[in-house]
Amino acid sequence: MAKNPNRPLSPHLQVYRWSPQMAISIFHRGTGFILATAGMMTLLWWLSAIGGGAESYATFEQYVISAGAEGSGLQTVSNWFFRLVALAVTFSFFQHLASGLRHLVLDIGAGYELKTNRTWASVAFVAAFFATAFVALFVASRFLGVL
Amino acid sequence: MDSRTYIGRVRGLGSAKHGGEHWLKQRLTAIGNVLLTTWFVLSLLMIPSFDHAALAQWLSQPLVAVPMILMIANIFAHVRLGLQVLIEDYVHDDGLKFATMTLLNFYVIASAVFGIFVVAKLAFTGAPA
Repeated sequence: MAKNPNRPLSPHLQVYRWSPQMAISIFHRGTGFILATAGMMTLLWWLSAIGGGAESYATFEQYVISAGAEGSGLQTVSNWFFRLVALAVTFSFFQHLASGLRHLVLDIGAGYELKTNRTWASVAFVAAFFATAFVALFVASRFLGVL
Repeated sequence: MDSRTYIGRVRGLGSAKHGGEHWLKQRLTAIGNVLLTTWFVLSLLMIPSFDHAALAQWLSQPLVAVPMILMIANIFAHVRLGLQVLIEDYVHDDGLKFATMTLLNFYVIASAVFGIFVVAKLAFTGAPA
């Protein structure tokens, strides 16, 4: 059957006011995609750098963790890039975890009342934000010598 | 030419017998991931040293290597199911859908095998000098 692109469409995203329930749905997708790509590739790089020996791990450290004062320009740029990736992946992890747990509750048929649904969507965002902040502060104080 | 709607054509034929499989697997791997990634994040926060020797020693212990292998397998199974839904929702061209789905399978299987091999090799033979 040929597809006719001019068929009428039901009202879509642009006609609705954004709510936490809508935002959390698309965030679940977006963060899942980030974890599946950037998150897993960095994890595999880290594991294979450990498995590859001291020299291989030193290369990983230079590009991902910290090149130190004598690092080349490329390494410094790469360090900052991976700090952003780490922050994005950390937030994605907690956001996907929180909204995923919310999905498991919804799957057993609970939490569909308008107010409850809205509240827990907001709670998931707040929880992900604070968990990310905690990890970021922990890493900054323990490994980066900040704080 | 059959002028019935899609739903009219399949109604009454019975289920294909695996309608709930994808949905259920996604939930089961999700629960597995909650446990395994919680273990992983807590372990990362508690590792005493991030020197290569200490990490290699840490990763080669059975009680770390086994959950790590389980986590890699479980995560990539979940990735496979999740990204499949993304492709089904956003890639409408049949050929392109087939191609991206094939790429997804390659990505997931290659990555999982690579990760599991790395951990297993380290656990069985130790870190190279």
